[in-house]
Amino acid sequence: MKDIASWALETAKLRGASLAEARIVDERHRALATKNGRIGSAADAESLGIGIRVIADGAFGFAATDNLTREGVEACAARAVDIAKASATVKSQELRMAPEPAHKAEWASPCKIDPFSIPIENNLELLFAIDAALRRNKGVTLAEANMNFRRYEQWFYSTEGSEIHQTVVTSGAGYAAHSYEGTEIQKRSYPNSFGGQYQNRGYELIEELKLLEHAPRVAEEAVALHSAAQCPEGTYDIVLDSSQLSLQIHESIGHPIELDRVLGMEANFAGTSFLTLDKLRTLRYGSEIVNAVADATEAHGPGLGTFAYDDEGVAAQRTPIITNGLFTGYLSSRDTAAAIGATRSGGCLRAESWNRLPIVRMTNVSVLPGDKPLTFEELIASTDRGVLMETNRSWSIDDKRYNFQFGCEIGWEIVGGKRGRMLKNPSYSGITTEFWNSMDAICSRDQWTLWGTPNCGKGQPQQVMGTGHGAAPARFRNIAVGTAYKGSS
Amino acid sequence: MLSREIAASIFDRLRRLTSAEEIELLVAGSRSALTRFANNTIHQNMEEESQHISVRVSLGGRTARATTNKYDDESLRRVVQSAEALARVQQEDPDLLPLPTPQEVEANAEGSGAVHVNRYFEETAGLTPQQRAAGVAQMVDIARRYALTCAGIFSSAQVVEGIFNSRGVSDWYEQTLAEVSITMLGDSSSGWQKANAPDVAQLDPARMAEIAAEKTIASRKPVELPPGKYTVILEPSAVLDAVGFMFWDFGGSALLEQRSFLNDRIGTQLFGPNITVWDDVYHPLQCGVPFDGEGMKRHRVKLIENGVVREVTYARSSAMRMKQSPLAGKVGPVIATGHGFSLPNEIGEAPMNIVFAGPVSGEAQPVEQMIASTERGILVTRLWYIREVDPYDKMLTGMTRDGTFLVEDGKIRGGIRNFRFNQSLIPMLQSVEAMSEPVRASGEESMDMVVPAMKVRDFNFTETTKF
Repeated sequence: MKDIASWALETAKLRGASLAEARIVDERHRALATKNGRIGSAADAESLGIGIRVIADGAFGFAATDNLTREGVEACAARAVDIAKASATVKSQELRMAPEPAHKAEWASPCKIDPFSIPIENNLELLFAIDAALRRNKGVTLAEANMNFRRYEQWFYSTEGSEIHQTVVTSGAGYAAHSYEGTEIQKRSYPNSFGGQYQNRGYELIEELKLLEHAPRVAEEAVALHSAAQCPEGTYDIVLDSSQLSLQIHESIGHPIELDRVLGMEANFAGTSFLTLDKLRTLRYGSEIVNAVADATEAHGPGLGTFAYDDEGVAAQRTPIITNGLFTGYLSSRDTAAAIGATRSGGCLRAESWNRLPIVRMTNVSVLPGDKPLTFEELIASTDRGVLMETNRSWSIDDKRYNFQFGCEIGWEIVGGKRGRMLKNPSYSGITTEFWNSMDAICSRDQWTLWGTPNCGKGQPQQVMGTGHGAAPARFRNIAVGTAYKGSS
Repeated sequence: MLSREIAASIFDRLRRLTSAEEIELLVAGSRSALTRFANNTIHQNMEEESQHISVRVSLGGRTARATTNKYDDESLRRVVQSAEALARVQQEDPDLLPLPTPQEVEANAEGSGAVHVNRYFEETAGLTPQQRAAGVAQMVDIARRYALTCAGIFSSAQVVEGIFNSRGVSDWYEQTLAEVSITMLGDSSSGWQKANAPDVAQLDPARMAEIAAEKTIASRKPVELPPGKYTVILEPSAVLDAVGFMFWDFGGSALLEQRSFLNDRIGTQLFGPNITVWDDVYHPLQCGVPFDGEGMKRHRVKLIENGVVREVTYARSSAMRMKQSPLAGKVGPVIATGHGFSLPNEIGEAPMNIVFAGPVSGEAQPVEQMIASTERGILVTRLWYIREVDPYDKMLTGMTRDGTFLVEDGKIRGGIRNFRFNQSLIPMLQSVEAMSEPVRASGEESMDMVVPAMKVRDFNFTETTKF
C-alpha cells in the first residue's frame, strides 16, 4: 500500500501541492436480516480504493478512485491538484492548518471474536429464533431482525511523513416487533431502534446483548401499546432511558459543537449552529451536573467513534465539551482549529470510506454518568410526577440546533415515585440549552451505556458515519410533553 | 467507467465460475464531482470515480448477494463464492421466483407506457472543475453585491446501471445530472434555491442566486408569530420533502406486511379530489433507471386518482404473493410493475419517480396568485428535518427554513421566525385549495419529483424557534 500511496504523494507534489494525503481503504460488510420468517437481506460487500486530499494554491482538492494501477492513482492525484487550483480561484483567505507531528503507527480495535468467523448458519439461526419468538405473539404483524458486521482497514500516508495503519471491526444487531390493529401501527425495538446497538467490537457484543431473552417482552409491549393511554399533553418532569438520551446527545450536543457548522461550512445542507465562538467558555449549556466529552480514545470504550488517529493523521483525543454545565469545547479539524486560533486539532476529521473527503464528525460524544450512586429505580422513586420514555421513534431539530422534538416508542406515567400506566405515542420538545439546564439527576456509572449511532448523515456529497454516545438514564424538569399530537384532529 | 461490453464480459467470467442454477449481475458506476462553497469561498471540492459489481445467485430456492469493486480472477471467484456461501445456508423460500427471461420482461412491458428516454448530455459529463468554479464565482459575486454570504454546491455526474442474468436478460442505462443548491445568509435571515437536471444548460446559477438573495433580504428581522393552524403556501420543494414520506408505503410488500398507512385504505377517498399522482420514470421532467432490480421494465402507475388510492407498485414476487393473499381483490390491480429493489431486500418495492398531475386546465395558480388570494397565511420556501411521528396517520414533524414569510391581504409582509410543524399528510392533502403547474423539484428529505406548489389550509404549526 505504501507504493500505491507514494505514486499519489509524488504526483501531487510534482504538480504543485504543498500538502498531500493518501488514504487507502479496504472494507468488508456483511448484512443479514429476517422479516416474518423469511430472509430480508443476505449480502456481503467489499470495496477497495484510494482518496487523495491535497492543498495547492492555498485551497483544498480531493479526488478518489478504485483504479489502483499506477496510471490510475497518478491520474487521480493530478485531478486532486487540478481541483485544488480551481478551488483557489474562489477563496477569501489562505487555508491554514493547525500543526500535528507526523505519526507512524499501527492500531486495531479490540475484537475477541472475529464476526466473519461465525458460521452464517449460526447468525441466521439466532435471527430466525428471534423472529419466531416475536411472532409467537399473534398481535405482532411484522417481525424484523438484523445483524451487521464490518471490517475497515485503512492506510494513511502524508507528505508530512505520517504512515498510519488502522483496522476497525464493527458489530451490530437488533430487532423490532410491529403491530397493526385498528387505526394504529405500534412498534417496539430491542436493544435500540433503527437497527439496534453497534460498537467497534467483535461478535462478543452480539452474545452480550442477550437478544433472544428480551423478545417476548418486546412483542408483548408492541401489542399492549394499542390499549395504552395516549401520552398526555402538558408540562411534566421526564425521565429518559439511556438509549433515548444518547440520541438527544447526538442531536442537541454532538451536532451543534461541530466547528465546521459553527464556521458556516455546512450552511447549505445541515445548517449552522447557535454555538457561535463568543459562547465558548461563557455559555451555560446545561445544569451543573451536565458534563460532556468528545472522546475518541480507547479508554472511553469501544464506541463507533473510537480510533487511534483521525483521517488527517491527528491522534485521538478527549476534549471536554461541557464542564459542570459550562460550554468548553468544539469538535475540530486542523483547518477549523487554525481558523479559531487553536494550537491543535481536536482530531475529529473522518470520512465514510475512501471515496469521500473527510469532514468534521462526532467521535464518541457522551454525557458522563453521575458521580453519586443512583440506580434507575432510585431515579424513578425520587420523581413525584412525570413521564418515563424509552427508545426513540422520531427525532427532529432545527438547522441551528435550538428547537427539537423527539418521539419515543413507549412511556409510562410516574406517580408518587412509582411507575404507573403504560403510555403510547409519547413525545417531548424543547430548546437545547433550556433542556440541558433542566437536568437535575443522572444515574451513575453502572447504569451508563456507550450506544452506537451507525448512520449519522452529513456533508455534500452526503456521507454516513458511526458515532458513539454514552449515556445513563436522567431526569429533566418541566418539559413540554405530548407536543407531537398537539392540535391534531 | 465500465462499459456495457466490459460488464458483459465480466458476466461471462462469473457464469463460468458459479455452480449456482442461476446468476444475476448488477453493475453500477459513476464519475461524479462536487464543488462546495461557504462563506463566499470554495472550501471543499471533490471528484470520485467508482464502480461495483453485485452478484446474486439462486440455489434451490435460496438466494444471496455479494458485491465487489475488484475484477481480477481471484476477486471474481471470491464474490461468487461469498454469494453461494450465503445462499447455501438458508432455508428454501417457496416464494422465490426463477430469474425472469427476456420473453417475460417483454410480455410484462406490454401496456407499461415504457418509452426510450435519453438523459445523457456530453456537456454535463465533461464539466470541469474550472467551469464549476466559474459558476460558483457568479453566485459569490451576487452575494457580495447584496452584502450577503453564500453557501452551496455545484455538482455534475455521469452514472451507469446495468443488469445481466443467466436467462438472457440484459439492460443498460446511462445518464448525466447537474445540480446547483444555494443558500444566501444575512444577519437575521436566509434564503434558498435548489435545482437539478440531466442537462447542465438548463440550470441558471445566477438566477437562483438572485432569488435566494431576494428571499434573504425580504425576510430580514423576522417577527415571531404564535403557533397554530395557518393557511400555508408551500413552494414545490417544500411539498416534495413532506409528501415523499408516504410513497415508501405504496408497495405490495408494505401492504402484505401491514406496515403501510394504506392498510385497509386502498380504493377509499383518502385525499382531496384534486390530487392525482403517477409514478412515471418516462416523464420528460423525471430521471432515473427505467428498469428494476430484476430487469423488469418500470410501468407508469396511477397511484392516486382524484384523491382515491388506486394501486400500488409490485415486484414480481410481491405481485404473486398478493394474488394468493386474502388481500387480493381489495388492493386494486396486482401486476408486477417493475419497481422491485434488487434481491434480497427488506423493502420490496416503492415508486421512485413521482409525478403529480397538474390542476385541470385553467385552474393552475402560480405562487404569486396564491399569495394574492391569501388573506392571512404563511409562505414556506422549504421544510427541514422531517421525520415520521405516526406511521398510520402519516403524521410528520419538521421545521420551516430559509425563507418563511407572513402573507396578509394578498401581499408578503415580511419574514417570520421558523415554525415547527406536526402535520398528518392525509388531512393536508385533503385541504389543498390551489396548485401550480407541476415542475421538477428537488429537496433534501425525499426523492426528486414533478410536483406543484400548493396552498393548504389549516397546516399545523406547533412551536416557534428562535430565528
